[in-house]
Amino acid sequence: MSRARAFWLRYRNNRAAVGGAVVLAVVVLSALAGPWAYSVDPFDMVGRPAELPSGEHLFGTDVAGRDVLAGILHGGRVSLLIGVMASLAASVFGLALGAIAGFYGGRIDDLIMRTTEFFLTIPSFVLAVVLVAIFSPTVTNITIAIAVVSWPSVARLARAEFIAHRDRDYVLGCRAIGMPDWEIITLQIMPNALPPLIVVSSLMVATAILTESGLSFLGLGDPNQVSWGYMIGVARTVLRTSWWMAAIPGVMILVTVLAINLVGEGLNDALNPRLRTR
Amino acid sequence: MNKGTVLFVGRRLLQLVPVVLAIAALNFVLIKMAPGDAADILAGQMGHATLEFTEELRREFGLDLPLIEQFFTYISRLATLDLGVSVIQQQPVLDLILDRLPATLLLMVTAIAVAIASGVSLGVVAARRQGGWVDNVISVVALLVYATPAFWLGLMLIVFFSIQLDLLPSGGMMRIGVSQSPLALALDVARHLVLPALTLGLFYAAIYARLMRASMLEVYGQDFITTARAKGLPERAVAWSHAARNALLPVVTLAGMQIGHMLGGSILIETVFGWPGLGRLVFDALQQRDLNLLLGILFVSSVVVVLANLVVDLLYGLLDPRITHK
Repeated sequence: MSRARAFWLRYRNNRAAVGGAVVLAVVVLSALAGPWAYSVDPFDMVGRPAELPSGEHLFGTDVAGRDVLAGILHGGRVSLLIGVMASLAASVFGLALGAIAGFYGGRIDDLIMRTTEFFLTIPSFVLAVVLVAIFSPTVTNITIAIAVVSWPSVARLARAEFIAHRDRDYVLGCRAIGMPDWEIITLQIMPNALPPLIVVSSLMVATAILTESGLSFLGLGDPNQVSWGYMIGVARTVLRTSWWMAAIPGVMILVTVLAINLVGEGLNDALNPRLRTR
Repeated sequence: MNKGTVLFVGRRLLQLVPVVLAIAALNFVLIKMAPGDAADILAGQMGHATLEFTEELRREFGLDLPLIEQFFTYISRLATLDLGVSVIQQQPVLDLILDRLPATLLLMVTAIAVAIASGVSLGVVAARRQGGWVDNVISVVALLVYATPAFWLGLMLIVFFSIQLDLLPSGGMMRIGVSQSPLALALDVARHLVLPALTLGLFYAAIYARLMRASMLEVYGQDFITTARAKGLPERAVAWSHAARNALLPVVTLAGMQIGHMLGGSILIETVFGWPGLGRLVFDALQQRDLNLLLGILFVSSVVVVLANLVVDLLYGLLDPRITHK
C-alpha cells in the first residue's frame, strides 16, 4: 500500500475531517475564483446603504452601499493569504530555531529557548497591534507581524522532536560516516520530525486568520484590501438596524476556521496515529 | 507562608529582572524602528517646525546621543517607572495606563473564572458520559466556539441580549448617574460585566472543556480511581473529588500560559463593549497614532502577564501538595 493511500485511509476515518476538507475546498475555491466570476468591485458603491439581501445583491449592501458578497469573496482571499503565509513563515522560522536548539543543546539551546519563552510571555496580540501600527498596515506587514507572534510554539515543538531524535542510532550512524550537521538536520531528522509540525502549522493558519480579523476589526487592516474583519468593523456602527451586515462576514470566519481546525485534527489522526488521544 | 515559599517567591521575583529588561529592550528597539521620533511628532504638532527647531528638541530629549547611551537613559527612566508622556493626551503614560488597568483586570479575572468554572464542569460531565449524546453536544459546541472570533461573538450577543431582548446593557461599565451606594454601584457594574466577561471567557471555556475531558479520561484509567470505586464511593464523588481534582492541573497550567493571550483578547472585547480598560486605551491610541502610549501599554501588559504567571506558579502548590517550592 502506498504511503499516500495509507494516509488517506486513516484520514478518511475521521468523518468530521473529511467534511472540513470539503468546506475548506469550497471556501478556497470561492476566494480564488469568486472575484473573477463575480466581477463587482468591493469598493464600488452599487446601491443604497444597508440594503437587505435581495436578488440583485445576494448578501445586501454595507453602510456605504458596497456589495457585501463582493467583499466576502475578496476578503476571503486576503484572510486566507495572510493566514497561510503568516503560518508558513512562522513555521519555517520556528522549525529552524527549534532544530538548532534541539540538535546542538547547550548554550545555543538556552539562548533560543529563553527567547522563545519571552515571546510566549508577552501578550501576542498586543505585540501584533504595536508592530502593525508602527510599520503601517500593508498585507506584507500584517503577515510578518502575525508570524512574529506565532513562531514560538513551532520552535518548542521542533526542539522537542529534535531532542527525541538526536541520539538515535540512525543519527549516530550518520555522524559515524562523517555526514555534516546540516545534512543530518535537514535530510535525516527533519523528515521524521515533520508530521507533528505539519499538524501544528495547519492549525496555526486558523489562529492567524482569527488574529488578522481582529487586527482589521481594530482598523489595522490594509486600507487597499477588503477583509472579513474590516467588514465586521464597518458593520458595527449599524448593528442596531442591520445586524446581518456584521453577521455574514463573521459566519465566514467561523466556517473557515472551523474547517481548518477539523482538517488539522484529521491530519493529526492520519500523520501521528500513535499520538491519537481519542 | 512558610520559609520555603518566601524563598521561592523571592527567587522568582529576581528571575523577573532579566525578563523585564528584555521587554524594555524590545520596546526600545520598536521605538527606534518607528518612523519619526518624539521630536518630529512634537515639532509637527506645534505646527511651526523648522529643521533647527526639531534638532533642538532632539538635543533636549537626548535623541542625538549614541543609541547605547539612549538605551541606558531609557532603562534608568523605566526603573523609576517613568514611561514618558503621551504627547497627544498631555499626560504621563503610566498614569493613563494605571487609570485603566483595574477595569481590564476585573474583566479578565471574571472571564477566567467563567472559563475555568464552565470549562471544567463541562469537561467532567462530558468525560462521565463519554460517547453519549451529552458528550457529543459539548464537543460540537466547544469546536464551534473555538472557531468563533470572540469580538464577533460579542457583537452577536449584543444583538441578541441588548437589542432584541433588551436584557443587558450593550456597553460601558456603569450607568451614568447610578446612585452612589456601593451595593447599587457593584450591581450595576456586574450587569455591565456579564456580556463582555462571557464573550471573553467562552473561547477559553471551550478549550478547557476539551482539555478537562481528555485529562479526566486519562485519570479515570489510574489505580486510585479503581480503589475509590472499589470501596463503594458514589460515582459522583469519584468524579468530582477524586478524578477532577487530579485532572485539573493541566487546565491550570494552560490557563496560566494563556494569560497573555487573554489580555490580547480583552483588547478586542473592550473595544466591542466600550469597556473602559486598557483595550479601549489601545484603540484610542491607535486612532490618534499615539505610539508612545501603545509601547507603554505593551510594556505594562507584559509585566502584568509575568506577575500573573508567578501567581499561577504559587497556586500550583495549593492545588497539588506534591509540588513543593524548592
